[in-house]
Amino acid sequence: MSTPVVGVPAQAMPVLAATGLVKVYPSASRAGQPSIALAGVSLDLAEGTCLGVVGESGCGKSTLARLLVGLERPTAGTVLLQGQPVTGFRRPELARRLQLVSQDPFSSLNPRLTVASALTEVLLVHRRVPGKNQAAERVAELLDMVSLGPQFASRLPHEMSGGQAQRVAIARALAAEPKILILDEPTSALDVSVRAGIVNLLARLRSELALSYLFISHDMAVIRQLSDQIGVMYAGRFVERGPWDSVMSAPLHPYTRALLTAVPEPHPDGSLLGADDIDAEAPDPSQTQVTASALAGCSYAPRCPIRIERCLTEDPRLEFVAGGHEAACYRAGVAMESGSGTPAESGRLPRERA
Amino acid sequence: MNTTLRTDPNVTSASPVLAIRDLSVGLQTRSGATELVRGVSLDIRPGERVGLVGESGSGKSLTMLAVMGLLASPVIVTGGSVTLGGTELIGTPDRKLRALRGSEIAMVYQDPMTSLDPLQRVGDQIAEGLRAHGASRSEAGERTLAALAEVQLPHPHRLARAYPHELSGGMRQRVMIAAALAGNPRLLLADEPTTALDVTIQRQILALVARIQRARNLAVLWVTHDLGVAAQFVQRLAVMYAGRIVELGPTAAVFSAPQHPYTAALLAAVPSTTGERSALGQIPGSPPEAGSLPPGCSFAPRCRQARPGCTRAEPALEERTGGVAAACYVPPAEWQA
Repeated sequence: MSTPVVGVPAQAMPVLAATGLVKVYPSASRAGQPSIALAGVSLDLAEGTCLGVVGESGCGKSTLARLLVGLERPTAGTVLLQGQPVTGFRRPELARRLQLVSQDPFSSLNPRLTVASALTEVLLVHRRVPGKNQAAERVAELLDMVSLGPQFASRLPHEMSGGQAQRVAIARALAAEPKILILDEPTSALDVSVRAGIVNLLARLRSELALSYLFISHDMAVIRQLSDQIGVMYAGRFVERGPWDSVMSAPLHPYTRALLTAVPEPHPDGSLLGADDIDAEAPDPSQTQVTASALAGCSYAPRCPIRIERCLTEDPRLEFVAGGHEAACYRAGVAMESGSGTPAESGRLPRERA
Repeated sequence: MNTTLRTDPNVTSASPVLAIRDLSVGLQTRSGATELVRGVSLDIRPGERVGLVGESGSGKSLTMLAVMGLLASPVIVTGGSVTLGGTELIGTPDRKLRALRGSEIAMVYQDPMTSLDPLQRVGDQIAEGLRAHGASRSEAGERTLAALAEVQLPHPHRLARAYPHELSGGMRQRVMIAAALAGNPRLLLADEPTTALDVTIQRQILALVARIQRARNLAVLWVTHDLGVAAQFVQRLAVMYAGRIVELGPTAAVFSAPQHPYTAALLAAVPSTTGERSALGQIPGSPPEAGSLPPGCSFAPRCRQARPGCTRAEPALEERTGGVAAACYVPPAEWQA
């Protein structure tokens, strides 16, 4: 099942494409059921664009990142990098094309290496500079690219703030001169003002270096800031995808609407607590994870306020609804009865005890 | 040094449940104390939800810990007063404070797993707290079930017998809120309790707390780094920077017309899901280290509105328009774009 991305000429080959990605993790206990982290994800990342992937904990977005960068192998499905299977690339070849930036910069930086040594190592391994002598100049360039002064070259990770370390992690990813960055929650651990700097930096780097981004976040507002296309994940698949402005302003899937309604907007308009339906409580999404036996209907149906009979027996596929905007929902675009997206009551205990 | 404000029109003039006056917290070293919280004054009245907002290191969590009497040496209260319904808490012996926590003051934290015992059924943990404050076994059992029902956990009987690891993050946080409120406190202190939760769950928890808070006329102090949560949840807001409150006032007024350049810069840095998509506002530099504050206003070196006079002395928190107070020499009318 291939998924065309609208807004990109059909002949343009995506720089990164995934088809039917499935990832199943065996159960921790012998009696338990295996957990399906990804239940069939296809995507095309068009050159020079940013695909934002948004979803809550357990939706599979980080698993998707690990499969795309080849850190894990999918149970089924393929990832094509510039048209070639990603599994066919040797590690360094892959690293020169694709880099991952994760949430915690300190975990990706060696605590004993200065910034200069960390960057030089990457430059030499990937032969991005002819020799050690030329590395210093390039290190200064890379630091400048992420708006850090040359004095940072001699710093160790613990001598930096979270925001500075994230800039170094980005510089290190860029040292290999990849064309694609997979950004997995790169701003989630940062303070408000620091986060703004990183978001702006990523926006600038993308246009300056003609990079393509797959940007993963749980934060709708941050996703909106950077994305051309936005995909909303729920229970291991995309439930909605489309141009950023239509997904944000005219969401089709009831889950997307619930997510948007739940964002605490920085304007005291009472919208978050104002709705009367707020008292209708729903189970956590983490408790609605797909299990092999529960694959019959739409995985959002148990929480969905506008579900119909069909939603419980048939699984909707991601289909184009309007203008390059896809949704996996039989009720796509149907107005919520209460005008809001709070999921319906279902009152189920996760694991019931006898 | 700090003005006490009693000007919020939304709040009755009832005497405060909690009154913080000139509270200072310091890190004691051999060479003296490094001031981490500097002269914080704040009142919280019955039925009021007040937010304490700031970035990492601003002193908001330390202020909260000081109020709860939970600071651990070498971090100590170096000055000021905290009164609960007129009773001074600073210097009160631990034993007495423990009696107040759970009966008069309740607390919820970011990570319920650190405050729940993994080896004990959640119902027993709530009941234990109630029994410590004098409830009989059967009374504690009944109140535990009522508390679990109040936070809208399904099947309270069954849930009371569950262990923490069997619950989702949102359910655990509900259990924590049930435990905190079971003793019928007057004041709820919350330190980022929804930060680790997904937004859909966060929304439910905030709505739940707001409803219980209204029903019980509870006073709430909510510490958060999330300006969105503050905007949606609290009626009054204190913004902290480098250990001080730099702006204080009704939430709507602070958000619509911030009086301190730091508040304004923070708001410009927050992305939204609506409106124009443009570059986010940035604040140059980083916050000062507690031990080496710049002279005068601590924000001056990063402030777009700073003038030569700003570095002479620290501006006092003074009342402006609309019940908002700000600690800044430069009024918004004179700000440069």
